[in-house]
Amino acid sequence: MALEVQGLTAGYGPVTVLRGVDFRAEPGRITCLMGRNGVGKSTFLKALMGLVSASAGTVTLDGQPLHGLPAHEVPKRGLAYVPQGRRLFGPLTVAENLAVGGLVRRNDPARLEQVLTLFPRLRDRLGQVSGTLSGGEQQMLAIARALCLDPRVLLLDEPTEGLQPSIIALIQEAVVTLKGQGVAVVLVEQRVDAVLKLADRVAFMVAGRIEAGRDVAGLTASDPLFRTYVGV
Amino acid sequence: MTGGGVKVWVLHLTLIAALFAAQFLLSPYHATNLARIMVLAVFAMGYNLAFGYTGLLSLGHALLLAAGMYAAGLPAQLWGWTAGPAFIAGIAGGGLVAAALGLLALRTAGVSFMIVTLMFAQAGFLTLLYFAPITGGDDGFAVAAASRTLMGFDLSTDTPRFLAALTIFAIGLCASLALVRSPFGRTMVAMRENEERSRMLGMNPFTVKLAALTISGLYAGAAGAAYAILFGYVGASFATIQYSILPMLYVLLGGAGTTLGPFLGALLMFALIEAATGITTAHQFIVGAALVVLVLFAPKGILGTIRERWARWLS
Repeated sequence: MALEVQGLTAGYGPVTVLRGVDFRAEPGRITCLMGRNGVGKSTFLKALMGLVSASAGTVTLDGQPLHGLPAHEVPKRGLAYVPQGRRLFGPLTVAENLAVGGLVRRNDPARLEQVLTLFPRLRDRLGQVSGTLSGGEQQMLAIARALCLDPRVLLLDEPTEGLQPSIIALIQEAVVTLKGQGVAVVLVEQRVDAVLKLADRVAFMVAGRIEAGRDVAGLTASDPLFRTYVGV
Repeated sequence: MTGGGVKVWVLHLTLIAALFAAQFLLSPYHATNLARIMVLAVFAMGYNLAFGYTGLLSLGHALLLAAGMYAAGLPAQLWGWTAGPAFIAGIAGGGLVAAALGLLALRTAGVSFMIVTLMFAQAGFLTLLYFAPITGGDDGFAVAAASRTLMGFDLSTDTPRFLAALTIFAIGLCASLALVRSPFGRTMVAMRENEERSRMLGMNPFTVKLAALTISGLYAGAAGAAYAILFGYVGASFATIQYSILPMLYVLLGGAGTTLGPFLGALLMFALIEAATGITTAHQFIVGAALVVLVLFAPKGILGTIRERWARWLS
């Protein structure tokens, strides 16, 4: 059972960005999505969440269709999304951001405790206005807020972009823990070292299509795949 | 409850106590004005829930005020309802009209929402004029003294009127504070900050905004009904654009997204207009200039600025 995407076509008004994407993410595995800027990686995640309308194709989670649902229904079916650039509710405190994230699950205290265990630094900042957190703390909060939904699939759009190495390590550790808990993680990532360290599988996107995909085991940073599809 | 939560409740209850004490210190003229301010502040509190907390910039709240006013005043006028049932009818009227307005207007957003709400308010105003034989049209009508009694108290006299206005204000203020500190209050703020972000956390923007606008309508209805019963007048002038702009000014002056801002804004604006009227017939010019200064130096309003700089715990 997994997140299955078949022939997903989507875009913005008359502009088609995704052109028949086939994709699969499985529980307890990290699937990375790589590609050059502008190929449609972020649009793909938004389309999975219903934030960008699909004109064709199907998205199913454990066999249940997600395509065609209103965007606010998708998180209730088990998908959570952490967009690029953190996107917090700046005037709200850390605790309030987490509470907003947990509304769908009626703010289950046990779930909140699990989330704070994953990001203990946030526990000390619960009363702080989120807009005043450091960049790394904001990213932790963005992930923690999504985790309050208790998702089966977590979509992360470049979560370590612009962060210092010590924070990157904390976030990667949390992602690995989530994988161990059986969450299917879909990670948009541009850094080859992070992909090799975290991912079980990597898919390469070109012009709105998945052009190649393979297990990460055995891949090295010098593999031609990275040069061909990412340009590094 | 957190330390900030205790402080904010203490502050609100202190204000209510201070207003109660004010009736003993003020002349009847000023006490009546304060009662009027409290009623208008209830209207502004409702506006603040829609605009300050949920981000719905409406130009049609005069319709909701008038809905409450006529829903209370007409049964009193036509069928002799007393203050209690008339007041409840007024609240219901405001809420129902707000829900109907929301069902239509919330299909739009931003400037379109402003225009659509303005259009409905103008339609409401013209409807009141069209049915002048019933509504009294431009002249309005006076609410009969017999309908301005509640449990034996004559609400047209100073002390009962002041206490009734204070009671409505206190309930409105405490309910507003409880609401914005509740999970739904946080949802409203999330919606104001970013609708897409809220949707990806499982919130339905239409439902949240409709609920916020309906609650706002209940407040406007309560204010309209209270005005009709306490001050004994119902008129179409309360459905004009002026009464859609006023709550916005109160909220902007006091601080949008602060629970005490609407009262502070209403109080200061009332005082400013009173003072300016004594100086010049062009008092609106002075009010306008004051607002320009406010926007330039404290764009978040008085309490919004205080909260940002010194008192983060303010709700």
